[in-house]
Amino acid sequence: MARMKFLCDDERCIECNACVTACKNENDVPWGVNRRRVVTLNDGQPGEKSISVACMHCTDPPCAAVCPVDCFYITEDGVVLHDKDLCIGCGYCFYACPFGAPQFPQDGAFGARGKMDKCTFCAGGPEEDLSEAEFEKYGRNRLAEGKLPLCAEMCSTKALLAGDGDIIADIFRERVVRRAGRDDDRKPPASPWGWGQAYGGKKP
Amino acid sequence: MAATGCHRFGRLVRWGVLVGVLLMYASLLWAAGPDGANPRSDLWRQVREGVSGYSAVAGQETGELIQASGEFWRRLRNGPLSWAVGLALGGTLAALSLFYLLKGPIRLAKPRTGVLVPRWNAAERFLHWLTALSFILLALTGLGLLYGRKALLPWMQQETFAAVLGWGKFLHNLTGPLFVLCLLAMTWMWFKDNLWRKSDWRWFKSFGGMFGGGHPPAGRMNAGEKAWFWLLVTFGTLVSLTGLVLDFPLFGLEREWMQLSHLLHVAGALVIMTGALGHIYIGSLGTEGALEGMVRGRVDLSWARQHHRLWLEEIGIEKKRPKGEATPETERPTGFFRPQG
Repeated sequence: MARMKFLCDDERCIECNACVTACKNENDVPWGVNRRRVVTLNDGQPGEKSISVACMHCTDPPCAAVCPVDCFYITEDGVVLHDKDLCIGCGYCFYACPFGAPQFPQDGAFGARGKMDKCTFCAGGPEEDLSEAEFEKYGRNRLAEGKLPLCAEMCSTKALLAGDGDIIADIFRERVVRRAGRDDDRKPPASPWGWGQAYGGKKP
Repeated sequence: MAATGCHRFGRLVRWGVLVGVLLMYASLLWAAGPDGANPRSDLWRQVREGVSGYSAVAGQETGELIQASGEFWRRLRNGPLSWAVGLALGGTLAALSLFYLLKGPIRLAKPRTGVLVPRWNAAERFLHWLTALSFILLALTGLGLLYGRKALLPWMQQETFAAVLGWGKFLHNLTGPLFVLCLLAMTWMWFKDNLWRKSDWRWFKSFGGMFGGGHPPAGRMNAGEKAWFWLLVTFGTLVSLTGLVLDFPLFGLEREWMQLSHLLHVAGALVIMTGALGHIYIGSLGTEGALEGMVRGRVDLSWARQHHRLWLEEIGIEKKRPKGEATPETERPTGFFRPQG
């Protein structure tokens, strides 16, 4: 069985935030919550790197390990989903997650946070596939329609890959091989495009 | 001849090994040199350790690509902390049961006189039971959050369990501030009575008369009660402060604060819950005639003589007597009707 994964190619991501916007629009995400975000490291400096990050659909998810009501489950495709009807809004998943994926619609007094919301890999939730209730609570179920997550589908540089972990790993490996090694500030750029060519690298 | 040949061969092998090791070491150094290292390895290492960048997505900590402290929190919470709470509570319960079965309760040494001495006034009793009630609610709901998934979920429908725990969390969050107020009022009310005195040391040495026989005299609060009071004040403050951080996630505190607060909250609660088990036992099953004081407000004179002789002297019900002299059984208390304090 396939195990769905996201992979963001930091040589390609141009921090356009289209994945963030697409996700928010497609899934009708609650106000104040962004299921996906782009983080730029060394912003504005030579060698800056951008990465689009959301729930990484861990094989052994820390959020599920700490949930007091055990509301997480992993689908046959390896997608980590949760049941909002069971969620009590304690925030433990938000403490445990390394990627900052779980978010809450409120920050109320007396710990009133509302139901946790996170990336579903565009796979909906425990409600009936493609039902109104599913869309209301979890957003679009593109996987049930035979489509991949919209963030990756519409990434303009194809930096963000989504799909069967084995396949996207192969795609990424192919890219790395074609790039002929990693770009380095001290050497001529290894590839005719990418950050090494645009900034920093010695002229060949 | 053969011996020298062997010797020479051995020397050759030793040199060979030495040169080989040196070559290997040199090649490692060469490989790890500036040309061989990934120029970005340090960047990714820093990211793994929680260094943050910029994100156009507004909100708290959105620039943090990987939050490193969550794993530490999860490991402690799911591991040692869970074990510690279970062992401490289970161990205390077992020890108390064993003590009750082997030694039994501390009985009144002398028969009841029928003369009642006022010990806790209405305000004190109200505050005590309000604190007790809120504490028990907090302890049960808190334990539910920590252990419910393991202890209750296997026997319950998941929807029912989630609903119960959802209400539990809600009650926990609402009762918390009430407990904080109770704790403050109680500290204020019983502060003076709980200041340490010389006589407390004697009480501790014989563990309140449980070991070594005899009942060491005590003031209004004996040393055991004082120890419980200060434990409650210390760890109660810890649990209150960390609890308020968790209860009001409004002031922009980051996840690390929440994680640290949560760990300290559980650890503090563990100490208080363990102490509370002892307190509940000693105040009810463990000591004949103790509970009625906190329920009806008055205690029997012979109970007061046995457990709090110095207090009776302080409030003028009994004459001061030199150390070690026993209270005569037949003696009527003098000045019994003098007002307390």
